[in-house]
Amino acid sequence: MESEMEKIRKLEEIANRIRIHVVKMIGCSGIGHAGGAVSMAEILSVLYFQEMRLDPLRPDWDDRDRFILSKGHGCPALYATLAEAGIIPMDLLPTLHETESPLQMHPELGICPGIEMSTGALGQGLSAGIGMALGAQWKRKDFRVYVLIGDGESAEGQVWEAAMFAGHRRLDNLTAILDYNRFSLTGRVEKVMPLEPLSDKWTAFGWHVVRVDGHSVTGLIQAFRLAREEKGRPTLIVADTIKGRGISYVENTASSHSISMTATELAGTLRELGCSPGEIEHAVSVRKEYR
Amino acid sequence: MENQLAPRDVLGQTLIELAEEDSSIAVLDADFCTASKITAFRDRFPDRFIQVGIAEQNMMSMAAGLSTVGFTCFASTICAFCSRRACDQVMTSIALPNLNVKIIGLYAGLFVGKNGASHQSLEDIGIMRSMANMTVVQPLDARETIQVLRYAARHRGPMYMRIGRDPLPQYVPDDYVFRPGGSITLRPGGDVALLAYGDLMPQVMSAAEGLASKGIQARVVNMSSLKPIDEEAVRAAARETGRIVTVDNHNIFGGLGSAVAEVIAEKAPARLRRIGVRDVFGKSGTNAEMLARFHLRADDIEKEVRDFLGPRFHAGNAPG
Ligand SMILES: Cc1ncc(C[n+]2csc(CCOP(=O)(O)OP(=O)(O)O)c2C)c(N)n1
Ligand SMILES: [Mg+2]
Repeated sequence: MESEMEKIRKLEEIANRIRIHVVKMIGCSGIGHAGGAVSMAEILSVLYFQEMRLDPLRPDWDDRDRFILSKGHGCPALYATLAEAGIIPMDLLPTLHETESPLQMHPELGICPGIEMSTGALGQGLSAGIGMALGAQWKRKDFRVYVLIGDGESAEGQVWEAAMFAGHRRLDNLTAILDYNRFSLTGRVEKVMPLEPLSDKWTAFGWHVVRVDGHSVTGLIQAFRLAREEKGRPTLIVADTIKGRGISYVENTASSHSISMTATELAGTLRELGCSPGEIEHAVSVRKEYR
Repeated sequence: MENQLAPRDVLGQTLIELAEEDSSIAVLDADFCTASKITAFRDRFPDRFIQVGIAEQNMMSMAAGLSTVGFTCFASTICAFCSRRACDQVMTSIALPNLNVKIIGLYAGLFVGKNGASHQSLEDIGIMRSMANMTVVQPLDARETIQVLRYAARHRGPMYMRIGRDPLPQYVPDDYVFRPGGSITLRPGGDVALLAYGDLMPQVMSAAEGLASKGIQARVVNMSSLKPIDEEAVRAAARETGRIVTVDNHNIFGGLGSAVAEVIAEKAPARLRRIGVRDVFGKSGTNAEMLARFHLRADDIEKEVRDFLGPRFHAGNAPG
């Protein structure tokens, strides 16, 4: 039995590896949505390596838990997680954004194992998750459904249509996670379209709301446990995060949303994330300029 | 290449100039102004700029309401989300009551950075063109974009503008004035007519040069006014060349090819070949990768035209 401390250390390490993959994928392919990918590294680590019921050898197993990345542009982190979990091959990661790659710039159902829904047009994932959660109930299956939404995305009316429905139908097999990284594309969420009082709003819509530091593995483990134990209500986990977390030169800025990295920025970031000189040299040598 | 402008480069400045002349101009944005470069307007006229957040449907109906109080509204976001996401709001709140809302769509067709299928707009011309009261335009270059925006500010009624993302040469003459239902002949020719618009024009023009080097004179017409379409230009092309090729940065269903086919079928018999995205979804990739993947490079267009004309075609033959 691994100790609690070892487990936490392992999940933190995986989160760090997810960040490294994301930086390499985006840094080397020329451009990508980095800020909202790295802000959810711990959330994905805890979901895929602690919380969710999955069988990497059978990604389409009927009884698997489902995860939908509603803010699809963050998918480099999801692809990295799927590779870490053994659901897609690791050597697929460098094909990010290539025309014939299953790793498109927004995730597509049917071309990449482990992707449960096509997203990219914001606002639709929670509704799709509701469909899956209802389907589970009708088929008397006990799988759970997790949907990750963005704070900027939360301005979409459909998010609130879905929230109202899930509350009304008391879908306790559904958990939404809000990556509250404080920035959308053009600026601060607080200025673009503020969400507060966020917890009050979701509670009024019939949801159980848990607030947590989205970069704390321990906090997230606890939050997901509370969500699982809650009966008769869906849960929203409000995860306070930092956009661009781990890419220090753009951390906590709107410009982290979509970035191209120079060779120096790529090398410096990988160094800060603890990569070896050889690993960094290799990444820089395969880096492509964004045309 | 260096000093070429993209149509989107002139959006912010032109909207500022229009608002300086006309206090009824208002601009709405759905969390995209940094990419559309409308930030210049936001910073100059914060009181006439509305940031709605990522809520395209809300934005369209809101613009409709604002226009009823006497404002000329420019509502802007990605083409795909103007048309697909807010389709019914555009129809019921804007087109049906015939309100003074100008929709500015960015990221036209396949050229959306590397964003891929969800962000590519291969349906928007078809969607917008099929709504009564709606004028649909894709200005060709930065200069025509300024003209189209000026027209939009002066004329009442709904309009959809599809704005290219990337730089291209100036094609329209300096003294050009945009008129809906008009077109510009960029190159004369009597063997075949290439009708096109927007960011594929460089490919179309160099295909025409390639054809010319083989003795085939291709007329090239910029059909920026997608609705109303310049019927006279289509009829003239039919009459004078007998063979028309359309080039769409859009699905072949619903785009310029469809619009031209409608004119030909009812009013001007001619042979037609539609080049465009052949009823498949897009992919991630650079513009160059998209051109190759969807057979829209100059060479592809030239080959397609020669195939259309047939092996026995000799320049100067009467249309047959
Ligand atoms: C319907 C729709 N409108 C606009 C966009 C363009 N867009 C892509 S990401 C983004 C900002 C998203 O912000 P947020 O949800 O906070 O994501 P994060 O900060 O986690 O990256 C926008 C406006 C889109 N993808 N879908
Ligand atoms: Mg955000």
